[in-house]
Amino acid sequence: MTSRTALLEVEGLTRRFGSGRNVVTAVKDVSFTLAPGEIVAIVGESGSGKSTLARLILRLLPPTAGTIRFAELGDVTRLRGGQLRRYWQHVQAVFQDPFATFNQFFTVRRFLLRSLGILDDPPQGTARDKAIAAALQAVGLEPSDVLPKWPHQLSGGQRQRLMIARTLLLRPRLVVADEPTSMLDASLRVTVLNLLAELRQHGTSILFITHDLGQAFYLADRLLVMYQGEIVEHGPVEAVLSAPRHPYTQRLLADVPRLGEGRTALTTSEHLTPHHFSTSS
Amino acid sequence: MQPVLTVENVEAAYRLPNAQEVRAVDGVSLSVMPGEVLGIVGESGCGKSTLASVLAFTARPPLRIKAGTLAFDGQRVPLTESERVPSDWRGRLIALLPQGAMNSLNPTLRIRDFALDVLRAHEPNVDRRVAVERARERLQQLSLPPRVLDSYPHQLSGGMKQRVVAVISTLLNPRILIADEPTSALDVSSQRALVHLLLELLERRIITSVLFISHDLPLLSNVADQIAVMYAGEIVELGATRQIVRTPQHPYTQALIRSTLVPERTIQGRRIEGIPGQPPDLRKPPPGCRFHPRCPHAMERCTRERPPLELIDGGRVACWWVFERLRVVPSREGSDA
Repeated sequence: MTSRTALLEVEGLTRRFGSGRNVVTAVKDVSFTLAPGEIVAIVGESGSGKSTLARLILRLLPPTAGTIRFAELGDVTRLRGGQLRRYWQHVQAVFQDPFATFNQFFTVRRFLLRSLGILDDPPQGTARDKAIAAALQAVGLEPSDVLPKWPHQLSGGQRQRLMIARTLLLRPRLVVADEPTSMLDASLRVTVLNLLAELRQHGTSILFITHDLGQAFYLADRLLVMYQGEIVEHGPVEAVLSAPRHPYTQRLLADVPRLGEGRTALTTSEHLTPHHFSTSS
Repeated sequence: MQPVLTVENVEAAYRLPNAQEVRAVDGVSLSVMPGEVLGIVGESGCGKSTLASVLAFTARPPLRIKAGTLAFDGQRVPLTESERVPSDWRGRLIALLPQGAMNSLNPTLRIRDFALDVLRAHEPNVDRRVAVERARERLQQLSLPPRVLDSYPHQLSGGMKQRVVAVISTLLNPRILIADEPTSALDVSSQRALVHLLLELLERRIITSVLFISHDLPLLSNVADQIAVMYAGEIVELGATRQIVRTPQHPYTQALIRSTLVPERTIQGRRIEGIPGQPPDLRKPPPGCRFHPRCPHAMERCTRERPPLELIDGGRVACWWVFERLRVVPSREGSDA
């Protein structure tokens, strides 16, 4: 993939927290590209730096080093004000914790109307109401039911779907989805993943951040495996699945429970102590 | 062989301030054999955690137990009268490994003192050194360094806290451990270690049986000998793990198995459909079978009559569609719900 066709190009992205002896490098020299319409999954355990990487790309957190380039906007690493707003017209997020995402003083209707305000030319009048209703229906929410509600009246799953309805409404070119199904049960999870997959049909690219390899395999074209802030392995989903090269990926794959038929599968496991893997290889 | 634990017809509801009731557990019966791991699987809000707190005798208002009996080694008590539950049943016979494990540690006590506290509450004469040694041994089995004993909870990570709570809740060597989503905050490798500890305690007969509650069917299928599937406060299917995974009968179980995403080549590039709709509001559950509004096979009868849990091929299923397909005549009549 050449840089001419890339939608997003991340190079040498690094973020350190703290200083002196307490410095923690949460994201370390991460580089990758994302093509239009492509779904790339970033997988890793909690604490691997996935969410920090998401916040860097969303420009919610300044990087310590590195650049982020986005299509015709070029280098967006240090955009501010109106320029940053332009970037956010194209890049939207679906967050992990839907409880922390909403302004609790706004109803769902006001939340969606305000979201439309980011667009240069938002739909008006009945076209607007129709667009909002269609987006809500697409995620299985009944518009007349949820529009007048306050965030605290919605369940975690409903909030998560509302975030996805918002992305459907805004049609961004890139969606950064950070554990978008964390609050959902198995039966709803697939429905939400299918919705994300459908975004691609409008040319939207997705950066899908998850600790769940099963979901990553279901949705993504390519995988980036993150361990202690670094990308330790990357490649097409199929290739990583059939021949994981990094020992961390191998362990991660081996430890994911498959559908079993009783107790034996786990008791015979040999690797029960946590390992540490070199990330410099 | 006699079951260690038998519960019959448990009904428990949350009383809301406006006097409405959320019927979280409705008519649940099950039994656990010695040496067995019974898995309970279901989605959030299906009543599985409520059932756990009822069985562990930790139900407090607004949760009210409306009916049900519990028999332990043949001794039967009504669950509705908590004062009739022998005091040594709590913690020693039945212990709960709670879901919010990270929040159940005392923030002002070192782990060592907290563990001692728990032991002393049940064994007043326990020797301090013996107690700490027992805790240290268990911690090591979960690959936790002994220094954890001298730490305060805030000095431990979420995963470490969850393992510490697992150790403390089994310090009394309870006969039955009720583990309520014990692995939900752990990454896959730590999940495996925790499950391994539970199974080891079981194999060494330190605990007799485990009730393992989880929403994670793949995980559960590697731990449990039997699986009970809960939906909207009821058990809809119960059977040997192999049977539940290979030949699920109830449409809800079938949908759960179908929507399981595991990193296998088979799921890549294939579209899997979720279950349409949402679980019902338990303030006013749908009449008849509670799954019927989301069920692809729902018939007229399903909207009216509640299907009984019938014995089929060694397992139990509550579904009119299954009864019709297999020409099963329910031994008792369905009831209007």
